[in-house]
Amino acid sequence: MAKVLMKGNEAVGAAAIKAGCKYFFGYPITPQNEVPEYMSKELPKIGGSFVQAESEVAAINMVYGAAGAGVRVMTSSSSPGIALKQEGISYIAGAELPCVIVNMMRGGPGLGSIQSSQSDYFQATRGGGNGDYRTLVYAPANVQELVDYTMKAFDIADYYRNPVLVLGDGMIGQMMEPIEFKETEKMDLPEKDWATIGTKGARKPNIVNSLRLQAPELEALNQKLEAKYMEMEEKEVRYESYRLEDAELVFVAYGTVSRITKNAIDLLEKEGIKAGLIRPITLWPFPNKAFAEIPATAKALMSVEMSQGGQMIDDVKIANEGRLPIGFYGRSGGMVPAPQDIVEAAKELLGGVK
Amino acid sequence: MAVVFNKTQGLTEKEFHYCPGCTHGIIHRITAEVLEELGVLGDTIGVAPVGCSVLAYDYFNCDMNEAAHGRAPAVATGIKRALPDKVVFTYQGDGDLASIGAAEVVHAAHRGEKITTIFVNNAIYGMTGGQMAPTTLVGQKATTAPYGRDESLCGQPLKVSEMLATINGAAFVERVAVDTPANVRKAKKAIKKAFECQLEGKGYAIVEVLSTCPTNWGMTPVDAISWLQENMMPYYPMGNLKNPWEVE
Amino acid sequence: MAKAKGKVTFDEARCKGCGLCVTVCPVGIIKLDTSRINVKGYHPATVDEMDKCIGCANCATMCPDVVISVERE
Repeated sequence: MAKVLMKGNEAVGAAAIKAGCKYFFGYPITPQNEVPEYMSKELPKIGGSFVQAESEVAAINMVYGAAGAGVRVMTSSSSPGIALKQEGISYIAGAELPCVIVNMMRGGPGLGSIQSSQSDYFQATRGGGNGDYRTLVYAPANVQELVDYTMKAFDIADYYRNPVLVLGDGMIGQMMEPIEFKETEKMDLPEKDWATIGTKGARKPNIVNSLRLQAPELEALNQKLEAKYMEMEEKEVRYESYRLEDAELVFVAYGTVSRITKNAIDLLEKEGIKAGLIRPITLWPFPNKAFAEIPATAKALMSVEMSQGGQMIDDVKIANEGRLPIGFYGRSGGMVPAPQDIVEAAKELLGGVK
Repeated sequence: MAVVFNKTQGLTEKEFHYCPGCTHGIIHRITAEVLEELGVLGDTIGVAPVGCSVLAYDYFNCDMNEAAHGRAPAVATGIKRALPDKVVFTYQGDGDLASIGAAEVVHAAHRGEKITTIFVNNAIYGMTGGQMAPTTLVGQKATTAPYGRDESLCGQPLKVSEMLATINGAAFVERVAVDTPANVRKAKKAIKKAFECQLEGKGYAIVEVLSTCPTNWGMTPVDAISWLQENMMPYYPMGNLKNPWEVE
Repeated sequence: MAKAKGKVTFDEARCKGCGLCVTVCPVGIIKLDTSRINVKGYHPATVDEMDKCIGCANCATMCPDVVISVERE
C-alpha cells in the first residue's frame, strides 16, 4: 500500500486506531500534544471516546477503568507526566489489565526541558510504581517502527494482560517520515471473560482489583505475574545487530540515538575503525542474548544515550558480564549528540584500551 | 403474613466486615436495593474506593472495580466511556472523595459524566484509624488533630455538595442522612433519583450521606447517631441542592 | 384503626449487637440478649414479645448488617 508522510505523534494515534483502539485519555504536555489532539479529532469519527483528563493521574485511572471494561485503550504523555502515572501503571499491572502507554521523553529531572532525552530508561524498565511488576518497553528508532510497535503493543498487552510502554522522544514525536500500516500476523488472543461489562444476571460478578489482603494470596498473584514476565523474557526480546562483523568497538544505543550512532559508525569506517551496534528494540526485556554475537575482535563497548552518565549502561554492564571495558557517551538536558562527538569519544575509548 | 422486608439480591452473601453500628452497612444495603428495584444489577459496574469500604467489591452483587485512592470518578469515567449503556457508580468516603480525590470528583462533575456517586461523609478517616478529614468539624478531635481541628491552621470543613452544586455538569446533588429509619428511607429515595438521573442521561449525580464512625469518634453506635444529629447536621444541611427535573 | 400484626426474624449470626434496632422500634420490644453471646461474640438483638410487633420494619431499615427480615399481615 502507499506510504503516507506523518508526524510521529500523529502516527502513534493512527497506529492505535488501526489496532482497534477507540479510547484515549490524555493530558497536554510538550512534546506530545499532537497525540491527544489527533485522537480528539479522529476518535469521534469512529464512535470512540476521547477525554482530555484533568491530569495525567486522572488519565491513567480512566485507562484503568476502560481496560477493566475490556476495551483497547491508550494514554500518552512525556516524562513528568509519566512520573504522575506510575501509581496507575502499578495498579494496572497488579489488576492484570492490558493497555498501551506512550512516553515521548523530554529532559529532566523535574520540569526539565521540552527537548528530547533518554533519561526515563530507569523509569520505564525499573518501573516507578510500587511492587514487583514489569512493563514491556518498545523503543522505536523511526516513525515506521513507532507505528509497527504501537500496533504490536496492543496485541502484546492483551495477550499478557499487562501494560506495555512505547518509549519515544521529542524528536521521534515531532519528525515526519513516510510510513505504511502493515498487515501483521494476528495473535491468538483469548476472550476477555474477566472484564467488568455487567453480569447480565448470568454469572458471578467480575472484580478488577489489585488488593489481596491475605499475604499468601498476594504472593500467588506475584508468582502469576512473574511467570508472565519470564514468558516475555523468553519470547518478546527484539533487537538489531548492525555491522558487528570484525568490529573493534560495539556501540549500544536505542531510539533516535541509534540512528546518529550509525552515522558515527560510517565516519569511523572512513578512519579505518570498524565499529558495530547492538540496538535494543525491547528495553525490557533487555536483549542480553545479543551480546553473545559480539565478535572476538571487539575491544570495548560504548553505551550512547541522551542521559547524563547513562541509564541503559547499567543493563549493558549486566549483559557484558565483565568481559569487555565499557565506555559512555551522552548528552543531557535536551542536547542531542552529534555523530562527530560520538566518533571522538569512541577513539578516546579505543585509545585507552589498546 | 407476607414478607415486607428481606435481604436484597443486590448484596452478595458475604457478611460485612464493618464495625458494629457503622452506617456503611445501611448505605450499601439501600444502594443495592435501589439497583435491584431499578432492574439494572446485571448491567451495573461499581467502583470501590480506598477506605473502610475498600471491600465493597465483595459486597455488591455486580461487576466491581477497585480504584486507587480518590481516583474512582476517573476510573468510572473510563468505564462509562467504554460502556455508555451500562450503569456505573462510585462509592466513596470523605478522605477518598474530598481529599486526595477532590480533582477527580470535581472534573467528573464538570464534564457531566453520566455516573452516580454515593459519598459517605463521616467526618473522619476510618480505615486508617481516625485521622482528620477535609470534612472533620472545627474542634472535633482526630488522631492528626489531637487538640481538635484548628480553623486557623486547617480551615473550615469542606462542604462538598454545595461545592459540586455550583458546577453545571452536576445534574443531581442531594445531601441526606442515615440517622433514623425515616431518613434512611429518604436517603434511599435520593439514591434512586441519583441513578435515574444517570439512566435518563442527565449528567453527574451525587448523594452525600451523613454517616457515623462510632469506632473513631470513640462512642457507641447509638451515641454516634446523636453526635451526628447534634454536630454534623447543623453544619451540613440536608436537602436537594440540584436536580435535573426542576421546573424552570 | 387496628394495629398491624408483624413478625421479625433475626439472622442471629450476623448481629453485632450495635443496638440501633433497639432504639428505633416504636413499640420497644427489641433488646440485646445480655444473657448470651452469638458466634461473633456479641449480645444478639432479639424480641420476646413478638405479639406486640407491628411489622413497621424500622428495625430492618436501620440494621447495618441485614440481620432482620420482617413479615406483616
